[in-house]
Formats: sequence, C-alpha cells, structure tokens
Amino acid sequence: MKATRALGWLAVVGVAAGLVAAFGYAPREAVQGNVQRIMYLHVPSVLTAYLAFALVLVGSVAYLVTRRVGWDRLAAAAAEIGVLFTGITIASGSIWGRPTWGVWWTWDARLTSTAVLFLVYVGYLLLRAMVEEPEARARYAAVVGIVGAANVPIVHFSVYWWRALHQPATILAPGKAPLAASLGLPLAVNALGFALLFLYFLTRRMEIARTEEEV
Amino acid sequence: MTFYARRTWIVLWKDLLTERRSKENANALLFFSLLLLFLFQFALGPDRDRLRAAVPGLLWLGFILAGLLGLGRSFMTEDHNDCWEGLRLTPGDKSAIYLGKLLGNLVMMSGVEVVLLVLFGVFYDVELWPVVGPLAVVLPLGTVGLAAVGTLFAAMTAQIRARELLFPVLLLPAQVPLLLAAVSVTQAVLLGQPLADVAHWLKLLAAADVVYVVIGVLTFEFILDA
Repeated sequence: MKATRALGWLAVVGVAAGLVAAFGYAPREAVQGNVQRIMYLHVPSVLTAYLAFALVLVGSVAYLVTRRVGWDRLAAAAAEIGVLFTGITIASGSIWGRPTWGVWWTWDARLTSTAVLFLVYVGYLLLRAMVEEPEARARYAAVVGIVGAANVPIVHFSVYWWRALHQPATILAPGKAPLAASLGLPLAVNALGFALLFLYFLTRRMEIARTEEEV
Repeated sequence: MTFYARRTWIVLWKDLLTERRSKENANALLFFSLLLLFLFQFALGPDRDRLRAAVPGLLWLGFILAGLLGLGRSFMTEDHNDCWEGLRLTPGDKSAIYLGKLLGNLVMMSGVEVVLLVLFGVFYDVELWPVVGPLAVVLPLGTVGLAAVGTLFAAMTAQIRARELLFPVLLLPAQVPLLLAAVSVTQAVLLGQPLADVAHWLKLLAAADVVYVVIGVLTFEFILDA
C-alpha cells in the first residue's frame, strides 16, 4: 500500500515534469505552432496503450496456463487503462488534426488501426462486464485477449495497405529518428511520466480488484 | 489421429443431420440474404453504376451479416437436453469439437455465399461467370477466417446471458482486417485484374486464416471446460 502511494507521488512528479518540459523547455514548432505540443500527450499515450495491451496478452496467456487469478486481474486492469489511453490518443490526435489537416477525423491507416484497436478492447471490457461468474469471466476474457493481440499485426498490415496519410512513424521506425533533441527530450520526459502513471493506475486497479473479490 | 479425425467428423455429421431434419437455419438464412439484397437496393437507390461500384463491399457485408446470424446459432443446438454436458464429457482433445463445428459452419456459410452471389449476379447485373475462378479463391480465404473466429466466439457467447449483443460486439472488430482484405480482392477480381496484382492481400488472408484457426484449436478447451 505504502509503495503504491509512493509510486503515485512519483507519477505526479513525472507528469508535472512532463508538463514543464512540454510547455517550458520545448520550443515553439516553426510550421505547426503551439498545436504541435499536443504530440507530448499524444505519443506517450499511444506508447502507454501499446504497453497496456501487451500486458493484457501476457496476463491472458499466463492465466490460461497457471489459472492464477492474479494474472486475470493484471489483464483486466491493463485492458481498462489501455482503453483509456487509446481514447486519449484518438481524442488528442483529433484535436491536433483539426488545425493541421483541416479535419477532425480521416480514414488514414494509423487512425483507423488505432480506432479498431479501441473497439476490440472495448469489446473485451463489455465481455468482462457481462459475465458474472469470475472463473468463466477470466477464461473467456483471456481467449478474447489473445485473439485481440494476435489481430494487432493483421489489422496493422490490412489498414496500412488500405490507405496511408499519417506522417511516417518517427519513434518506432527503423534507423535513426529524425527528431531534434529539443523536441526529443521533452517527449522522453513525458513518456517516462506516463509510464509511471500507468504503473500507478495498474497497481491501484489490481488492488481494488483484489479487495472487490474479498468482499 | 484417426480417432481425432473421427470425432471431428462425428460433430460435423451430427450438426448436418440436425440441420437437414429441421432446416431451421438454412431456410431463415436464405430468406435473410434475400432481404439484405433488397435493403441494400433501397438504401443505395436505383442508380445502376453506383450499385455496381458498391457490389464488392455489399457482398461481404452480406456474408458478414448472414454469418453473424448463422455462426451465432452454431452452438444453440447444444442448449437442449444438456448437450453441453455431453460435449464436455467427450474424451480426448476438445479441439476436435471445435474443428467439427468450424467445418459445419463453413458448409453453412458456403451455401449462403453461393446463393447470395447468384442473387447479386441476377439483381445487380454483375457478370460472374468470367470471374468464377478467382472468386473461388477469395471466398474460401475470407470465409475460413470469419468462421474460425466466429465459431470460437459463438461457443463462448452461447454460454452468456447477453449472447445476441455480445457476439457481434466481439466478432465485428476482429473481422475488420478480413473485411478490408476480402473487399479489396473482390473489387480487383470484379474489375478483371489478375490475382497476382493482389497477391499481398491473398497472403494476408491466408496468414490471418492460419492464425485464427490455430488460436481456435488451442483455446477452445478453455471455453468449453467448466
């Protein structure tokens, strides 16, 4: 409990440092102006969401193998937070897209695949909400979690071939990133802050789930 | 292995026999397909060119909607007379049951698809004979993936209270890549392009089919056991 609280304060410090870096340290972008600062929210959010969905897969597989309820809690908590951060990614991207591209939404490859990811895991959460029996819920959710994760690369390629307009990936692209250090450092600080926040949410959510089961 | 194949066959044979005697699903599904065709026509209006341009998408939308109904019912027969219990008590690898159900669903889906295809050809004036060969490649590739995930999720949702709601909510997002790939290929086929032009889509479909079937085989026992 004490460790969780400490983690929470650490996350607060991390996110605050991220805000300072994004608004104080990072320069005003020459072409896009202040709107570009949304990136410091957008990119860490999507990285956190991917981390969360990877943990859903880990928790799902581990639950089916070991049948330990803790793994199910991990998958459930990670899925909830992942959906939250995917939502933030889509919303922040939309707010950025309006002044930059001129539209709130476009059926570009990565927008579409992120939206599909969002729908898959909302379905996962709906399933969890609709099965009362905890043991059956854990088993079904694990299967859906595995299908959802296996689908990620398939969705990625299908949507990419379908159409592409989004600027090419910078951070997870092979080769050296074409990102100036003055922008890269604030991004890294924000990513770290979000990762801490994620860990705090995750541990807290798992604690709550455990308490719920005990009651 | 022969024992495994035999159990797969028994599940398939049992479902086909039940269906042949009751004709419960087949009649309703064929009628539903016909209704879909009319709905598409009313939604898009009488413009022939617009309809023909939309055919690849409508075709797969029809398959998926009919599939939602048909696949969602594939485990309903097990509700009566404690048939679930019988399935659970079956000795040996449970994935044989999954494969049997999957094959049964493939038979059902193929029937619906052939009928829908003919209806589209007649009502929307699409020349199908010249492209029958390529279509015979695309349709099974798309259908296997749809049925593989559909059968898995149907087994799960059949045991849940809100099954009618949950089944499409889970299945539809998972089917987005298949829909994109199948529609793109069908479009190319109907435009008379050779399959080599869309080889990347066909490979994606094949890979997705393999992934879905393998996951279904590996995880089915967890859905069945209680």
